[in-house]
Amino acid sequence: MAVYLDNAATTKPFPEVVDAVVKSMTHTYANPSSLHRAGLDAQLVMDEARKTIADALGCEPGCILFTSGATESSNLALRGAAAAYGKRRPHIVTSAVEHASVRSTVDALESQGFRVTRIRPNENGEFDAADFIDAVGEDTCLISMMMAENETGRILPVQKVFRIIKKRFPEVITHCDAVQAFMKLPVRVNDLHADLISISAHKIHGPKGVGALYVRRGVRLIPLVTGGKQEKSIRPGTEALPLIAGFGAAVKCMQPTIAQRYEKAEALKHFLLDRLHEIKDIHINSSEQGSSYIVNFSVKGIRSEIMLHFLESKGIYVSSGSACSKGAKSGVLAAYGVSDDHADSALRISFSCETTEEDLIALTDAVAQGQAQLIHK
Amino acid sequence: MKEVILIKYGEMALKGQNKYSFEDVLFKQIKRRLNPLGNFEYSSAQSTIYVDPQEEGIDLDEAIARLQKVFGIASICRACVCEKDFSDICEKAQVYLEETLEETRTYKVDAKRADKTFPMKSPEICRELGGILCEKYPHLKVDVKNPEITVMVEIRDTNAYVHAVKLKGAGGLPVGCSGKAMLLLSGGIDSPVAGYMMAKRGVSISAIHFISPPYTSDRALLKVEQLCDKITDYCGDINFYCVPFTEIQEEIRRRCPEEYFTIIMRRLMMEIAQRICEKEGSLALITGESVGQVASQTLQAMVCTDAVCKIPVFRPLIGMDKTEIIEISRKIDTFDISIQPYEDCCTVFTPRHPKIRPQLSMIEESQNSGNFGELVEKAVEGTQLKRFKLKV
Repeated sequence: MAVYLDNAATTKPFPEVVDAVVKSMTHTYANPSSLHRAGLDAQLVMDEARKTIADALGCEPGCILFTSGATESSNLALRGAAAAYGKRRPHIVTSAVEHASVRSTVDALESQGFRVTRIRPNENGEFDAADFIDAVGEDTCLISMMMAENETGRILPVQKVFRIIKKRFPEVITHCDAVQAFMKLPVRVNDLHADLISISAHKIHGPKGVGALYVRRGVRLIPLVTGGKQEKSIRPGTEALPLIAGFGAAVKCMQPTIAQRYEKAEALKHFLLDRLHEIKDIHINSSEQGSSYIVNFSVKGIRSEIMLHFLESKGIYVSSGSACSKGAKSGVLAAYGVSDDHADSALRISFSCETTEEDLIALTDAVAQGQAQLIHK
Repeated sequence: MKEVILIKYGEMALKGQNKYSFEDVLFKQIKRRLNPLGNFEYSSAQSTIYVDPQEEGIDLDEAIARLQKVFGIASICRACVCEKDFSDICEKAQVYLEETLEETRTYKVDAKRADKTFPMKSPEICRELGGILCEKYPHLKVDVKNPEITVMVEIRDTNAYVHAVKLKGAGGLPVGCSGKAMLLLSGGIDSPVAGYMMAKRGVSISAIHFISPPYTSDRALLKVEQLCDKITDYCGDINFYCVPFTEIQEEIRRRCPEEYFTIIMRRLMMEIAQRICEKEGSLALITGESVGQVASQTLQAMVCTDAVCKIPVFRPLIGMDKTEIIEISRKIDTFDISIQPYEDCCTVFTPRHPKIRPQLSMIEESQNSGNFGELVEKAVEGTQLKRFKLKV
């Protein structure tokens, strides 16, 4: 049996999710926009998924737009809001550790003429809410912060920052990339004071290829693509109903047990940290206060990729930094002040609700074995 | 830190000897919404209801969101419970109000001393606590005329309470204290708002809707059901009656002059609605009409429709502009549902040139040419009941 510890990259779909996808493909295959009964049945499946997700976020179903994934959600959020609100206020605030989907989009907006402030962590490797708040001014149109960062699991003070910004500058649009937090930490639109929230299905045991964007009522977005009236014309194109049904099924499975699973993940994190402390020359890159689902550590002297392939030979799957960047050097770790040496040898372990202590024993045994066996650089 | 919710009721407080019956209804409404969130203790004194959570971890934000949809409540606040001791009040106020004060620029302190045995007088409490808060939060400026927030200290019988944010309640009277009425629910913007307005005055709502398949679609019915479901937030449980109306509309089309279609249709709807009212004990009808909005909402047209009614027809939107109605429909979240573009039975067979000032005698005459008695009977027989429950 493989030990899959790369759940921040993607997760294995639940059987309920697979069933929902198959059922939609075999039964409710009509176009949800068609006027006939079969079309209505398809629409009802979509409505139910939308409502499940809306309930989980604490919002109205009408505020949820389905997309092809969180990368598209964040592109739509940032580009759409920048186009709608950025003419007179061409300033954007974000963190220095955002996922590429936000980071590169903000970079692109910068090259179009937006001024960008990227907030870095303090010397302790944590973020101060005040740094974000102070950066926002009269000419800011948009602030984008991720909730749980995907490489080390650090949690950004999104709630506090957004709350105060919304009080002082109500016109600033707040976007949160909640991909690594949704269904793991409480993500409620009103608590977060977010206008826009990106979420993804495949990080929560749903299918790949579908995500959603929460859009607070009254927030205008200029669409990225043009077409039919689907998703309020903001995201036209026939809806990916099977995937949307799978997304809804995943949320339905996860929603009731967020707190219990978090506790379990916390116990696993401590269990793993304790075992890692017993191995020499291990440096922990994650923070104590970070998400319980992610542990990032470096094995001194052994490059990430080499250890990754060694672990793979034992049937253990982990990630070197963020899997999206396919081994590219992590700017995120550098932002926390992690040395180049440590960044070169960083591994990311990420749990799911199916992870067990046995998995972590197998991992730490294999790491120790690799450390003894592999040639150090 | 121990928190409670303080609920102040508005005009109910002015009631005389039957105030308690209103209170009972309000308590029932509150408990129904809050009990699923956890264990609370409820008490009332001096036109205030105290909702005291009896366990840890109850979601008080959700509790307040729910209370904001209960009619009969003027205002709601979340307060911190203190000993009746000034140093305890100061200590707790500093911590409890931290989040609120951090994001505020101007404030004042106000005190209410219901218990006159408390050793400090109100102005003294304000002065002293104000001084302490200014020291702790130096960015704050005192503004007694127009503060962003007012920190309130209430000294009551058993405890003192500190709060700073007072939220507006839904106002009105608790649903269930003013009898029951039947709402004609079409699927448009107006009728859900009309239901909401009557519920605000304490009226329990039933709803009736007319379907004409295949001229109207499943989606149109679904939309009306969604509206009905949505207004349960405010109106509580709703009995929803769905009347098969196709044959009647076809008969109107066959027998009556086109210019009278809409008026005759409305008269027949009223007749059927009254029959259902009798069966289920509703005392009046409610419509979303507003004078002059469309041809069937002129005074002459209303005279013609009301001529068939033996019970009162309430039109709470009668003097409102469309923009005012839309504002309320957005507030109660029905607008987005209402604007879905499906045909309802009122737009089937719409005359090209409806009679704007119809005469009752003419209408009655042309209605007599149709064979409606039997069809009305059949429609009443075929009416389906669906219950929509308040979601808690």
